[in-house]
Amino acid sequence: MAVAASAGHADAHEHTPPFFQRWFNSTNHKDIGTLYLLFAFSAGIVGAFLSFGIRMEMEAPGLQYFSNPQTYNVFVTGHGLIMVFFMVMPALIGGFGNWFVPLMIGAPDMAFPRMNNISFWLTVAGFMSLVCSLFVEGAPGAVGAGTGWTVYPPLSTDGHPGPAVDFAIFALHLSGAGSILGAINFITTILNMRAPGMTLHKMPLFAWSMLVTAFLLLLSLPVLAGAITMLLTDRNFGTTFFSPSGGGDPILYQHLFWFFGHPEVYIMILPAFGIVSHIIATFSKKPVFGYLAMAYAMVAIGVVGFVVWAHHMYTVGLTLQTQSYFVFATMVIAVPTGVKIFSWIATMWGGSIRFTAAMHWAVGFVFLFTVGGVTGVILANAAVDRYLHDTYYVVAHFHYVLSLGAVFIIFAGVYYWFPKMTGRIIPEWAGKLHFWLAFIGANVLFFPMHFLGLAGMPRRYADYPEAFAGWHYVATMGGHIFALGMVVFVIGVVMAFRSKERAADNPWGEGATTLEWTLSSPPPFHQYETLPVIVDEPSHAH
Amino acid sequence: MTDRRPTSAQNRGVRLTLIACLGLVAGMTALAFAFVPLYDLFCKVTGYDGTPIVGRGPSATRAEGTMTVHFDTNVAPGLPWRFRAEAPRVEARLGETQTVFFRVTNTASVPTTGTATFNVQPGLLGGYFVKIQCFCFNEQTLQPGETMDFPVVFYVDPAARTDANTRDYAEMTLSYTYFASRNGQPTAALATTGAGAGRPN
Ligand code: HEM
Ligand SMILES: [Cu+2]
Repeated sequence: MAVAASAGHADAHEHTPPFFQRWFNSTNHKDIGTLYLLFAFSAGIVGAFLSFGIRMEMEAPGLQYFSNPQTYNVFVTGHGLIMVFFMVMPALIGGFGNWFVPLMIGAPDMAFPRMNNISFWLTVAGFMSLVCSLFVEGAPGAVGAGTGWTVYPPLSTDGHPGPAVDFAIFALHLSGAGSILGAINFITTILNMRAPGMTLHKMPLFAWSMLVTAFLLLLSLPVLAGAITMLLTDRNFGTTFFSPSGGGDPILYQHLFWFFGHPEVYIMILPAFGIVSHIIATFSKKPVFGYLAMAYAMVAIGVVGFVVWAHHMYTVGLTLQTQSYFVFATMVIAVPTGVKIFSWIATMWGGSIRFTAAMHWAVGFVFLFTVGGVTGVILANAAVDRYLHDTYYVVAHFHYVLSLGAVFIIFAGVYYWFPKMTGRIIPEWAGKLHFWLAFIGANVLFFPMHFLGLAGMPRRYADYPEAFAGWHYVATMGGHIFALGMVVFVIGVVMAFRSKERAADNPWGEGATTLEWTLSSPPPFHQYETLPVIVDEPSHAH
Repeated sequence: MTDRRPTSAQNRGVRLTLIACLGLVAGMTALAFAFVPLYDLFCKVTGYDGTPIVGRGPSATRAEGTMTVHFDTNVAPGLPWRFRAEAPRVEARLGETQTVFFRVTNTASVPTTGTATFNVQPGLLGGYFVKIQCFCFNEQTLQPGETMDFPVVFYVDPAARTDANTRDYAEMTLSYTYFASRNGQPTAALATTGAGAGRPN
């Protein structure tokens, strides 16, 4: 897109507030984005530590490290909740969303900067509450909540008399409130603060993805909040929403949870869809293929995502017709998803591709996400799911779309935007070595889980028969390789900050066409003193 | 800085968007809670998820064939009762009214009160299991050591044979669980039974 009146780098206005003011009362979207990224990284370390405990225990049959298997379940629960609510969401939405949505649409900041600050600290408070839950009694005689991230009753009510589950529920309330405020902020910013000339149909795909994500958050999180509030009152105030003793029904909770839960999985992947589109377009030196189809495929995924929830509940006793409907509706989602995958491939097709570190991660994502999508379509068949439900096959499925999907794009985004955010350069070799370790490690870690699931290994068990030992051992080795990759990442970041080398305003060349590359690296504290005006011909370069 | 200032049209847009978003959040929250009574009503009307239908009189129709109805009786921790059906199962002709007695004994040395909840499995048959009379419609109080026989009067709707979802079922289970209760509401463990039993809070 052509930028007529480009943003001046008005250094005269560069008055950054003092340290406490800047980082604790922050109202600057870039600073808040940085805080979110640092927070996501820290929470990710805690979540990774928990998964390390899981993999160590599963390396061999028998109980090696956990004398009480309930504690193993607490690790699994903590890992799931932290990675979903305090790692992936803060990184993709709070981190990259805050940093780049205003920059890409030519806005000086978010619509409600102070509310933005509140969103961040609510998320931190939620995380604190979750950490507390790990140290107070949950099930009789054990600390922590071992309910799984889905917190199903009656395990989460009658099964956990201690306060651990209350702390976990409170954590979800806090971070959910933070996410809802953040979503309102994104919607308001995107709908009202685009630079003159930037119509919705010229808006970069990352901004589109955040717009759709924000609507999903707004529509689904209140339902989760309602469901867990009912859990809380069932636990503490004698209500019986989910307890048959007073006429309630635990299945009702599952409906409410998955009405939130399925949109939630798209909340975690749509921002990644946006980011990967920019990276592939940049390094193929071509505008993204089928821009409008890409934008509306995300809208379609978001809409259909609200009517497929019971594919998580095939085994609860739905009628055949109900199951048939949910099978069909779920399969429909594969269509817009396919549109996206083919458009990424078509973008690369005939482009002059540069395999930078970021491009490695993006292409790796397309491949691995496709694997996860295919297993999703397999699980969508009610008859097949009867067999695979709650086995390691499901664990493999969602780790392919999340750990190798969303997480790969978090790293892709870091390698792509690091020069813009910090003005420094992570050595390319570090990004590529990190990629290969992560790619090999994650596949060795998660691919065998398909075999385990097909063989009948159930999820959320600390022990297993001898017959499953081989693939569990392989999986744990994959985990070690993945962890080694994280070490390379940290080395790369440290080297970037120790090096004297500085990034250019646009280090990626003419393929990088979005507005953030017209600013300095890092951008000025307040950007767009003069609003950029988009004078564009046909809608293309995004 | 003047060109950075939002225009008044922009301010209006921001305010409208904010109000619309807040409305959406409030609406979805209300919907989550509204779902509770709606779901309950839905289950009672359709028999969804094993909720038996409450009938006013005997079945208008009869049909060939029988359904084996198994009885499952449970007492939640916290209620010192013994609870048994007079027979483990009955062979019920489709559409024929059946009466089965359940024997309940209070083993405590104080009067205790309980309410039974009920469910049928497979859940899909809930809509075809019609109860005309049931002790589970009210709560019961038993004196120390007292034993009572409570009847359940029901029939299996012959329409179960014409529904493709339930056509092939020849057996089902009617399950009851007695909970300690007060005024029809479940309560925690009774004081006489000591701590650690029943619903934990
Ligand atoms: C073509 C797209 C997809 C289809 C058809 C699909 C289908 C399914 C089905 C049927 C299940 C239930 C399996 C079971 O519990 O037995 C499932 C589970 C799951 N899916 Fe997907 N999925 C798709 C994409 C995704 C994406 C993009 C994500 C996240 C980024 C995701 C995350 C999950 C998670 C986290 C679970 C497990 C939830 C749990 O039980 O804890 N899926 N998927
Ligand atoms: Cu789903």
